[in-house]
This record gives sequence, structure tokens and C-alpha cells, in this order.
Amino acid sequence: MKRGAILSHLMLGLSAFVILLPFGWIVLSAFKRQIDIVTSKVIFTPVMLNFDELLFSRSSTFLDNFTNSLIVAGASTAIALFTATTAAFSLRQKAWAGWVPTVLLTFSMIYYMTPQMTLVGSWYQLFRAIGLNNTLFAIIITHATVNLPMALWLMNSFVADAPRELEEAAVIDGCSRLKTFTHVILPVIVPGLMATGVLMFVFSWNEFPVALALTTKETATVPVSIAKFAQDFEVKHGAMAAAATLSTIPAILMIIFATKYIVRGLTSGALK
Amino acid sequence: MIENLSDRRWRRLGITPLLLLYGLIAILPVLNLFWSSFFSIDWVAGAEQREFVGLGNYARIPSDSFYGVGAANTVFFAVTTVVIQMVLGFALALVVSRSKIRSNAYRTIFILPILIPGIVVGAIWRLMFDVDFGVINQVIGLVGIEPLAWTARAGLAMLSIIVVDIWHWTPFVFLLLFAGLQGLPEDVFEAARVDGTPFWRELWCITLPLMLPTLVVTLLFRIILAFKVFDEIYLLTSGGPGTATEVISFSIFRTFFIADDVGYGSAISFTTMFVIALLIVIALGVQARARASQ
Repeated sequence: MKRGAILSHLMLGLSAFVILLPFGWIVLSAFKRQIDIVTSKVIFTPVMLNFDELLFSRSSTFLDNFTNSLIVAGASTAIALFTATTAAFSLRQKAWAGWVPTVLLTFSMIYYMTPQMTLVGSWYQLFRAIGLNNTLFAIIITHATVNLPMALWLMNSFVADAPRELEEAAVIDGCSRLKTFTHVILPVIVPGLMATGVLMFVFSWNEFPVALALTTKETATVPVSIAKFAQDFEVKHGAMAAAATLSTIPAILMIIFATKYIVRGLTSGALK
Repeated sequence: MIENLSDRRWRRLGITPLLLLYGLIAILPVLNLFWSSFFSIDWVAGAEQREFVGLGNYARIPSDSFYGVGAANTVFFAVTTVVIQMVLGFALALVVSRSKIRSNAYRTIFILPILIPGIVVGAIWRLMFDVDFGVINQVIGLVGIEPLAWTARAGLAMLSIIVVDIWHWTPFVFLLLFAGLQGLPEDVFEAARVDGTPFWRELWCITLPLMLPTLVVTLLFRIILAFKVFDEIYLLTSGGPGTATEVISFSIFRTFFIADDVGYGSAISFTTMFVIALLIVIALGVQARARASQ
């Protein structure tokens, strides 16, 4: 092997080690008794105690939190994808005056760059005023909108890349706009939809400040429940570690099945 | 029926959901924020009591002991973490892209920190930073260093948060820059190598100029995310000790949800938003002018 290859294997290996070590530590902690954690034992007897308590004890709400997170992430992803795709298809039409796409994309950029925290108080007030506070609907619609700028950029670039000749040929042959969309454009942008969808799902699943402000015990998502373990009078380290471990399941599944799409989404979002 | 809509109707229908969501969930809350910022708002027995105070809330901002420090800390945090991440990420991407290693295993590991919840990152490091049983104090104990209160000591708390952020986001910078390097035209580098161009010269005169667009976009992405930092701080330090790790997002959260000061919270939210929007518009203007003069 050449010196360069050895050096880069060394650097990559070291980086991978530094990245994985903290993960390993929290996964190990999830299988420890509280006493093994606070006496920082390296060798211990693994127990399922924390998972048992988290999943099956009557006082635990973790399964509800997990269901809430699945509903919120799934529904907000669907809404963001639908909205961004139809908008991108509309913006693709040349008949729009040039300022329309510019204004929409610039507004999206400013909205995306603003910290969500500046709007969280206002969302809370408004949802409360119309009686939708503490509903999953409130957080679904908010997550969809928070993720919309990113979805719009990604879908806009994927839709813009779809070949125009096909679409024009279909229109000339008398195909309606709806049919052109569903039969000509949609099949071409499926990989783009997958890439965007995977990212939207993960962003919503991971989102904390909005969920913290807009949810109560019944509607809390997984990140909110993990934060609660750390705030109890007596910090439940084991339960916190177990909840944190379980909360990474969607991310792990996506890494196994959709790494290709994640990398495409991340890089085409940044490199276009 | 829907089949026969005119093209114009189609265009408008397609963009309607977007306008609805932006109108109701993005613009309306900003207007509400602006309006609320002129009131002192209290909750009495579950009912909202509003009292008009004019610019009174804005007049309170300069004497706020959290907001100013929070803004300064946010800028310090963003600049420090982003600079370190860019340098580390770019160095790693350069080494790896020159050596022709194409390992998917590495890529999988590097994606991991990007995809897990920020709150989990907080939980992981909370366990590791713990004064009494954290693994970091165990390790430095092996070489005879006394245990340190990483997240509770004024001089260390910000450093700890910065370390966590570097761990969290350097892989992201690496992945974007690595993808960028992969997309560069190979023949330019072949030619440089044939001419025997030294490494530093190649880096400065070829790689950096070609990578500039990718570097700028990656930098922008990171700065935006660094300004939004909240999750890790919420779990590790809650802005403390004192105001050592106070950041803008935390000041706003504290005012709205801990102090219940909705009127004043609206004023600092609106101010933050206004400053950020102004900076973006200026940046876009400068960029447009630079492009026009080329």
C-alpha cells in the first residue's frame, strides 16, 4: 500500500472510532443497572431492566411517545412532499412571471435560516387561540411547514431536471396537465421524492424545540420524552440511555436501506 | 372535471397548498409576534390579559441580562465550531479523496451523527461528561488528573458544548466536501501532476478555487444550523452556569416558557428575526452585485 492510502485509512479509522465510541457508550449504558452506571463499571452483567421499564411498566409513556413520533414524522413528511412537489411542478411552467419563483425561493431561504425558536411562542399562542393546542395536528402542520423550504428546494431541482421534451410531446398529443404530471413527470422524479422524503422524516423525527413547546404528556414525541428523563428529580440514566438507543431505530433503518438516498438528498441540497 | 382545467388554473392550483402553509404557519405567526410585541401579556386564571405598552418591550432589550450575552455567545459558538469543522472536514476529505478509498462502511458511520436526534447527542454526552461517573473523567483520572465538572464550570461549559458540536457536525462537512471533491474534473489534476506541481500549490491554485462554490454552500449550511443550536444546550447546561452557555434560542425559550413573558418574548423574537432577515437580504444583494459586475 502507498503511504497516502495508509494515512487515509488511519485517519478514517480514527474518525470512525471517535464517532462510534460515544454511541457504544450509551448503548452499553442502556443495558446497565443504575448502580453499574454510577459506579462506572466497565465489566458488568447486561440486563434488560431499562428496556422492560421503558416499554412495559405502567407509568412509562414511551410506547405512546414512539407512536406519536411515527404519526407526526409520517404525516408531516407526506404533507411537505405533496406541497413541495405540486409547487415545484407549478413553478416549472414557463408562464409564471420571473419574480414568482424568485420571491418564493428567497422567502423560503429566509424562513429556513430563521431559528424556529423565534416562532415557537407565536405558534403556541395561535394554536391555543383556535383550540388546537396539544393536538398532534398542530405539530404535524408545523413540522411540515418548517421542513417545507428544504423540500421545495430539493423537489424544485429534481422537477427542473426532468426532461422537457417528454412533457411537451405529451401536451401536444393532447395529454391533460394532470396526466402529464402523474404519467410523465412523477415517474422520473421518484428517486428525488425518496431522497427528500427520507430527509423530511428524519428531520421531523429528530425535531426538539417545536415539539417541546407544542406538546404535553399525551402528545409528546420521543425527543421530548428523552429530555424528561434528564429533568426528573432523580435522573434516570438507564432509562434515558435505553430511550435514546431505541430512538435511533428509524435512523439506523434508513442508513441500512436508504444511505444512497440520504447522500443524494444531502449533497444535491447543498451542491446545486 | 379536474382534467379540463386550463393551464393557468393548474399553475395556481399547484402552488396553493404552499401558499396556504406559508401564509398560515409562517407569515401569520410573524404578524402575531409583531402585534404582541407592543403589549404586556399576562395569564390570569387561564385568560389572557393584554396591556398596550407601545415600544416598552423593545426598550427593555438593552438591559436584558440574558439576550445580549446570548447573542454574543451564539456568534462566538457559531464562528468557533464552524471554522474548526470546516478545517477538519476539508482536511479529511482531501486525504481520503486523494487515496482512492471507496468504502461504504465509512460513509455509513459518518452519516450516523447527522441522522440521530440532537437530544440523543445531548443524552450521550451528558453520560460521558458526568462529574462522578462520566467516562471522560475516568480516563483523565488514569493519568492523574482530578475529575472536572465539564458542564458546570464556567470556563469549561462552553468548551464542552463546542466539543460536542464538532463531534456532531464535522462528519456532515466531510460528506459534503468529499462529494464536492469527487465531482471535480479529473484531467486538471492529472495535468498538474504531470507538470510536477507541488501539493500546496495544487491546493491553493486548483483545488480551492474549484471547490469554492461547495465550500461556500457548506459554510452557509453550517452557520445557519449553528445559529439555531438548542437541543444539546438544553440537555447539557441549560445556558449555565450563569450565562456561560446562554444562546439566543435559549433566551427566547426562557422568556416565553419559563418566565411566561409573552409580550417581551415577542419583542426579542421579532428583533432576532428582523436582524437575520436583514443580514440575508444584504448578503443576497452583495452576491447579486458581485455577479452583475463579473
